[in-house]
Order: sequence, then C-alpha cells, then structure tokens
Amino acid sequence: MYKVLLKQDLVPNIHLFKVAAPAVAKKAQPGQFVVIRIDEIGERIPLTIADWDGKKGSVTIVFMEVGTTTHRLALLKAGDFIADFIGPLGLPTHIEKFGTVVCVAGGFAVATIMPIARAMKKAGNKVISIMGARNKDLIFWEDELGSVSDQLIVTTDDGSYARKGLVTEPLKELLEGNKKIDRVIAIGPSIMMKFCAKTTQPFGVKTIVSLNPIMVDGTGMCGCCRVSVGGVTKFACVDGPDFDGYQVDWDLLFARQRIYLDEEKLSFERWQSQQDILS
Amino acid sequence: MPKINLNRVLMPRQDPKLRARNFNEVALGYSAQQAQAEASRCIQCPKHSCIDGCPVEVDIPAFIKAMRDGDMPEAVRILKDKNSLPGICGRVCPQETQCEANCVLAKKGAPIAIGRLERYVADWERAHMQSMNSPVAQPAPTGKRVAVVGSGPAGLTMAADLAKLGHSVTIFEALHVAGGVLMYGIPEFRLPKDIVQAEVEYVTSLGVELQLDSVVGKVMTIDELLNNGYNAVFLGTGAGLPMFLNIPGENLNGIYSANEFLTRVNLMKAYRFPEYDTPVKLGRKVAVIGGGNVAMDSARCALRLGADEVYIVYRRSEVELPARREEVENAVEEGIQFKLLTNPKRFLGNEQNWVVGMECYQMELGEPDESGRRRPIAIPGSEFIIDVDVVIVALGTRPNPLITSTTEGLETTKWGTVVADEATGKTVKDKVWAGGDIVTGAATVISAMGSGKRAATDIDEYLRG
Repeated sequence: MYKVLLKQDLVPNIHLFKVAAPAVAKKAQPGQFVVIRIDEIGERIPLTIADWDGKKGSVTIVFMEVGTTTHRLALLKAGDFIADFIGPLGLPTHIEKFGTVVCVAGGFAVATIMPIARAMKKAGNKVISIMGARNKDLIFWEDELGSVSDQLIVTTDDGSYARKGLVTEPLKELLEGNKKIDRVIAIGPSIMMKFCAKTTQPFGVKTIVSLNPIMVDGTGMCGCCRVSVGGVTKFACVDGPDFDGYQVDWDLLFARQRIYLDEEKLSFERWQSQQDILS
Repeated sequence: MPKINLNRVLMPRQDPKLRARNFNEVALGYSAQQAQAEASRCIQCPKHSCIDGCPVEVDIPAFIKAMRDGDMPEAVRILKDKNSLPGICGRVCPQETQCEANCVLAKKGAPIAIGRLERYVADWERAHMQSMNSPVAQPAPTGKRVAVVGSGPAGLTMAADLAKLGHSVTIFEALHVAGGVLMYGIPEFRLPKDIVQAEVEYVTSLGVELQLDSVVGKVMTIDELLNNGYNAVFLGTGAGLPMFLNIPGENLNGIYSANEFLTRVNLMKAYRFPEYDTPVKLGRKVAVIGGGNVAMDSARCALRLGADEVYIVYRRSEVELPARREEVENAVEEGIQFKLLTNPKRFLGNEQNWVVGMECYQMELGEPDESGRRRPIAIPGSEFIIDVDVVIVALGTRPNPLITSTTEGLETTKWGTVVADEATGKTVKDKVWAGGDIVTGAATVISAMGSGKRAATDIDEYLRG
C-alpha cells in the first residue's frame, strides 16, 4: 500500500498526488512512468512521473479525470492509500546538451514535461517551453515551467489567457526564426503530438514524443501497448514511451487508443450511477 | 493378496455444456471414498519408479500408503516435504508423461492417478489443517540472505526450500500479486486462484518475505541486490515476452497476445467486468493461433466469455498438438473447433482498424525438421478466409530482457534465455543462479519447480561453504 501524502487540485479536474514510494523515488528519471492500481477491483493504468524526491521517498503524479479509474482516483484524499504503485517504468528521456531545446506541453502534460525541461536546462541547454491549454481555467504550473525555461510561451485555444491559438503556431515561428533549434520534445494528447511532429518535419529538427497507448502490466509482458515506429512494432512500455515523432504510425496509435471506448463508457456510466446512489 | 485393479477411479468433472459458460473449476476432485479406492490400487511395488519421474522427487508410494492407512496428516507431511505447492501440481502437472508414465501398472492398464491423489491430499489439508495451524519447525537461522526474483513456480519452490534450511529469503515480484504464470496465465477453471494464494501463504509462513510491485531491472538491479547484503540471487523471472507472427495486420484492434488476453481475464478478472474495472473484448468468432496449453486456455476462456465460435488454428496436425491430451479433450468436449493444418497469412481489418478476417493457408506436412516433427508447408493457392472479430496469438513466449539487459556478466542464448548449469542452476555470474522458463524457455510448472529445487540445494551448499 502506498500512502497519498499530499493532494492538490491544480485545476478543478486535474489533480496532483504526492505518494510515498521510496524505492521508486530513488530511481525515477525524467520521462518515466508508474503503473498504479487503486484497489482490488481496479485496473492498472500508467501515469507519468511529474516529480520525485529521493531523500523524502515521495513521487508526484498528476492526472486528469477522464474515465472510471481517474475519477475514482480523484476521490482519494491525503492519508488514503493506493494499493499498487509500480515503477519507475519505461526508458528515461534522452538528456544531453543539444543546444537549444523546445519543450512543448499540451494540457496536463505540463506536469510531464517539467522534469524533462529541468533536466535539459541542467544539462546546459537553452530551454524554450511552450504550454497550451483549452482555456485559462486549465492553466497550471506556468511559474514552475517558467522557472526551468529560458523562455516560456503560453497559449489557450480560445484566447481566454495569453496567446490565442494552438501550440504548433509558436513552435513553427521558433523554427522559422533566426535561432537554431536543435531538438523538440512534444508531450500531450496524441493528436497534438502528431501535429507538433508534422510542424517540425519540414525543418528536420529531431522531435521526440511520449506515447500513451493503453497498457496493462507496463513491463513488456502483454504487448497491449504495441505501436508501430518506422514500420517496426515496438512495446511503448519498455521500448518507449519516447519515440521519434516522424517515425510513429499515428493512425494506428489513435485506433488502438479507442479499443475499449464502449467498455469505458459502460464502466463510467455504471460508476456514475453508483455515485448518484451514494450521494 | 487382492487382485490388482487396472482401472483408475474416474474424477468427476463439470458437465461440458455447463462449464463452457462459467469460470468454476472443471475437475471437481475425488471424494474421500474415491481417493481411498484409488490409493488402494497402488501395489506399493519395490521399484518406486514413479519417484524417478517426479522432478521434485516426491515420495509418492509413501504418501499413497499413508492415505490408504487413513493417516492424512502424514500424507500431507510426506508430500510437502518435497513439494511446497501440491494443490497447484495436483492440478497442472503433466503427470501422464512423468510419475504416472513410470507406474508399473501402466504396462497392463491405467497407472495410479497420482496427480488426482496429490490434489486430494492438498485440498484435504486446506480444508482440515489450517485450523490446526501446525507450527512449522523453525530451523536455526544461518544469517544468510537470498534474493529471489520472480514469484512463479521456480521462485516459490526455491524460496520455500531455502527458508526450510534456515536462510533468510526475500522474493521480489513485479506484479501486484505473487504466483507469476499461476496467477496471470493459467485460468481459474483449471487452477483456482485461492488455491495458488493459499500455497503462496504457506511459503510466506515459512518466513519468506514477499515484496510485490518490485520490477527488478528497473527499481533495483541484480548487482544492487548483491551489494545490499544479499549473499545470493536466484532468477526465476520466467518467459514473459509474447511472440507475434510478424504478418500484415497484426496490430489491428481485437488481436491479442495470449499473455495480454489471459492477464486481463485471469489476473485482472475481466471476466467479471464491469464489477472489476479491467475490460476485455468479447468476441463472437474467436481464433486462437497455436496448439499448446496456453492456446487451449485462451480458447476456453474466450468460450466462457460468451463467444459463439472459437477456433484453434494450428499449422500442423492433431498428433503434433503440443498441449496436454487432457486439455485438448476438454476443449473438444466444450465445443472448441480445431482448424488444423492451417496457418495465417495476414489479418484483414475494417476502416476502424478492427480485425474482421484472417487469410490462411492450408498446410501439408513435409519431411521432419530439426525438432523431429514434420515440417508444415503451405499449399500454394490454398488461401481461404476465416471471419473473426477477436484473435489471440498463442505462439509461445521468450524471457523478458528487463533483467538480462540490466545485468553485467550473465550469459544469454540467441533465444534470450539465461545460460545456467542444468544440475545446479548456477549462472556464469558470481553469486547468481537461475531456473525455470528463464533458462529453458517456456516449459512446465513442475520443471520450473524442479530447477528451483536443484538451485536451492546448490545455493545452500554455497552459503554453508
């Protein structure tokens, strides 16, 4: 059992948990994830590691309420326990001094990109971060990301805060500008990562994306998370989650993310009706 | 002297029509009278060749004699002296090719049903002795610490044997429950999970510490274990990496590895979705590719989930099916259809990326290949299409590279297995032993247990140095 040490509602439907998991905290690296299972009836889901403290033995995860599991998770409070918290899984993001690195985060992936941006900065890179959200109510960690970036650009889809538009627009301007961009890291919804890769491709700047297919064990045992990269089947849990964005078969990823749409809907509606009865 | 009875007592099983729609255990086990009758058939021959057929050397004639004499606690003691997992072995060991094949009665008629008797003794113990809570004699602690990686049959056996000898043992398990393939692979209707957990509890009652959720290779390395006070490490991580066909369309929605399908159904209890959160796709027409026990398990799970038709698609003929005969018969009785001498060429999908069909070759058997079995050859122009909406690929597994890729100094084969001495399990790396599927590739529960047992003996010798 893993204790929730701290819970923070970053925005109404995006939450931060600091979880006591000393062994994971000791080994975590930027870009890695954990698999969690809330309780006996719970499913195993992957969540990226947003932060960790090896000395205090805590690991921070950030998640958005989407389906049954994340809604159930959001009901936990500080002092509650998560049955299973397994990690750190996946290969860490490749960090080295590239020169200028652009970190692009869509939605709540700002939490995922934080440790990567910080590590890139520490490795001596100039870090330009772009974070985008649908509207101003979904913006969080602007100051945090700003503190590990040389430059921060914020966008909202509806223009309710900062620059109006999608993250790909400032990304394209940076690539067209007179400063050389050496690497792009794009993390967020799959469709956003695809379009970031499409944006950078004409400029030939290596673009790393962090794929988020459905997983079960997260250790290479089941093959549920298989993705096609450069025409070769890879398991995102052990071969990734980071891959070259130009090589990813995006349509296959989108299709495989929809495998359980019907079941997810059924499960969620059942859960909601149970909550209605309880309240 | 009573006349020798050459016919074994049949074990009651659930009716095929009924069981094809539930996940309850198929084989129901002997009653006390049936067990007594079967035990009485053993002529207590002086040869004891049955013991030679047992990878963990259970004193079979002695436990059967105790049963016959009505001394069940003694039967339990004898059985568990060599086998820490008898309820599991009594259900999933291929006795017909091991102990029972060596039974002298097999020459004239049916050998003693040793597996069924073993199962009876184990089940009797769970029903009767737990309340008695017979304290396990605590051996004198040796002060030596052993790390066991993986809690499947090899690791559990190994841990139990070393704990009985007074060593301090910790098992590191990657999943959220102990048991490995016994939990995620073999289905409830063949091996109930409460029986696995009861036998895991027996192992921990010996003083073995269990650390779940611990992915060795990620959260710690083998060398870190050795540097952190463990005197020896045993690798029993199995063969958990699924193999695919590598043919077009294999990543279509609805195509599973057997590992994924069985993990969802067994470990995550998807057969009880939505009560349990993990879903699995319920196919109407399900094709399982492969002919081993895992293929049979997958097919029978798919049927129980409500499929209209389930096919076993196998490229050789019936005689080459690698599955246990008993499991093939169970599958046939339940209505699984066998499409033999059939091999997939590619999968066909719809616009939403869902599998809708499978194009197959008709095969014929040619000359024997290096495995000694006749090589299947595709008949040119024989392609035909099978309509399917779920496909389960059960072609076998290889060891997961998580450990070998993060450990210096281990020798591996081109199949990814770890090289270890067959008699002792010793690897070429100092202080590291290995056993079970990580060494042999996918094999049986009992062979893994046998290798765990041999390694335990060798590690004990090493630790006492």
